[in-house]
Amino acid sequence: MGMEDITGRPAPRSKRLTPLVWAQRNLFSSVSNTILTLVSAYLLWLTIPPVLDFTIFSAVWTGTTREACLAPGAGMCWPFIWANIDQFIYGRYPPEEIWRVNLTFALGAAVIIPMLIPGLPARRLNLVFLLIVYPLVAIVLLAGDRPGLRPVPTSEWGGLLVTLVVAVTGIVASLPLGVLLALGRRSNMPAIRMLCIIFIEFWRGVPLITVLFMASVMLPLFLPEGVNPDNLLRVLVGVALFSSAYMAEVIRGGLQAIPPGQYEAARALGLTYWQAMGQVVLPQALRHVIPGIVNTFIGLFKDTTLVLIVGIFDLLGQVRAQLSDPNWTMPQGALTGYIFAALVFWAFCFGMSRYSTFMERRLDTTRER
Amino acid sequence: MSDGNGKRLTVSDKVMIEMKAVNKWFGDFHVLKDIDLTVQEGERIVIAGPSGSGKSTLIRCINHLEPHDEGSIVIDGIELTEDLKRIDEVRREVGMVFQQFNLFPHMTVLENCTLAPLWVRKMPEKDARDLAMRFLERVRIPEQASKYPGQLSGGQQQRVAIARALCMNPKVMLFDEPTSALDPEMIKEVLDVMVELAEEGMTMLCVTHEMGFAREVANRVVFMDGGEIIEEAPPQEFFSAPKNARTKEFLAQILAH
Repeated sequence: MGMEDITGRPAPRSKRLTPLVWAQRNLFSSVSNTILTLVSAYLLWLTIPPVLDFTIFSAVWTGTTREACLAPGAGMCWPFIWANIDQFIYGRYPPEEIWRVNLTFALGAAVIIPMLIPGLPARRLNLVFLLIVYPLVAIVLLAGDRPGLRPVPTSEWGGLLVTLVVAVTGIVASLPLGVLLALGRRSNMPAIRMLCIIFIEFWRGVPLITVLFMASVMLPLFLPEGVNPDNLLRVLVGVALFSSAYMAEVIRGGLQAIPPGQYEAARALGLTYWQAMGQVVLPQALRHVIPGIVNTFIGLFKDTTLVLIVGIFDLLGQVRAQLSDPNWTMPQGALTGYIFAALVFWAFCFGMSRYSTFMERRLDTTRER
Repeated sequence: MSDGNGKRLTVSDKVMIEMKAVNKWFGDFHVLKDIDLTVQEGERIVIAGPSGSGKSTLIRCINHLEPHDEGSIVIDGIELTEDLKRIDEVRREVGMVFQQFNLFPHMTVLENCTLAPLWVRKMPEKDARDLAMRFLERVRIPEQASKYPGQLSGGQQQRVAIARALCMNPKVMLFDEPTSALDPEMIKEVLDVMVELAEEGMTMLCVTHEMGFAREVANRVVFMDGGEIIEEAPPQEFFSAPKNARTKEFLAQILAH
């Protein structure tokens, strides 16, 4: 599309178009385009104003009870969010112990953020902290069961806390596991290759809900009496294995994009298999599949909402639970709760997406810099 | 320094590479047939032959990038078996340069060169950098050290690849068609580096179609066809008085233009 002169080439672009000319060229250049433009405009006019009205113009921002939101035509009810924010973040975690969750969040940020900033020193140490020290500290802090810390059973955890615990565990476990599975699937050793293929195809072939049910309901039946791992722990293991199978296939795609000459050159220099993989092949392969990896992370982050089905209340589950509170029965309650949950999920996912774009640009060595 | 062939270098009596009755198959395809080849320390061998004759496979067997199925290959007294330790030992002593350069595109030129000294030789970082810079100067591109391979020309990349291999201080250098992927105007800068290397006494096995290089540098030309070594001779003899009919045919084709 676009204007062409008699030479058949696109006409040179004028420096600045008046809005009218721009609209004529881009929106009304032909009959079908005019129709499309008008239909789109009509659809936007139908949807956008009510959404803006509900979320912004008619939204109730202040107040402490549901009465504030009962005025006719009132939009999104923020008092409902403010009144329940503790439940949304911590679930039924004992209020006087909430500082432990906050401390865990703060420590998590302190370990993860430096990892994300390229060029900082001591990355290896940082990685050890993130993968080994932090999870242990987090378990002790959150679950307690140490002198001086009151035990808090995981059945009392909930809200954003559970969402983050499940998502971060899944993300942190799936990357290394996925790498190992992907390498195993390309291994020369038939036994290892076979095992990896079976593992990947098994976990990819079952729905996550089935995995969660199996972990939560069926597994205890198979385990010997007395052995009864925590429900949340079982779900975490299920999610980690499930997502690592997906991750393995994403990473395998990256590995296949690396010419065999790279591996050969590394081996010819005397590097061992693991050195060649770690220094030469994987850094390139992972770089190729950053979009796919982040895609899997985002999918995993949103799939955490499925833990609701086995009686664990993540952020979305907690929102639903608070909606049934008779103190907050109101017409716009459900919409308010779901929009809030969507906003929180969107913020996390969009953050991951932006970060991956940033890393892709940064790691692109084919670009002149 | 000159001997009868006009060569500036003498060859020691020490055997560097000994291949005996080496056979290899790719599935049903018999790619190497009863290869016997002995290379003395300091020898420069050029391996020529039509494509598909097994010349690349032959030199790739020497550092076990391709495992051989039968026969024995001994490099500097170490026999190549499936023993991973020995394979690594051999690879530390044998440098290789590939047709497609195979530089690591995510690392700078300097990092490409220091990778193996750091990880394989466990050299301190500063020593590895100094070493790499020395060899980059020798291949005349020290000023490109902080660039990425993608920013260099083909000839420069191949010279980096040579420097990278030399950083491991190898006893043998294998060249697998090092100039075949280069634009014509870049071939000379790579050959010049290889000639210098030969003059310094490096043991070299070179698969190449550069017959000028073979004439000037090699002290033996090995002609392969159909997975066999058909003929072995010093370059003068090889080019002026080839014995085998297939050698004659090959030379007629390659020297015709």
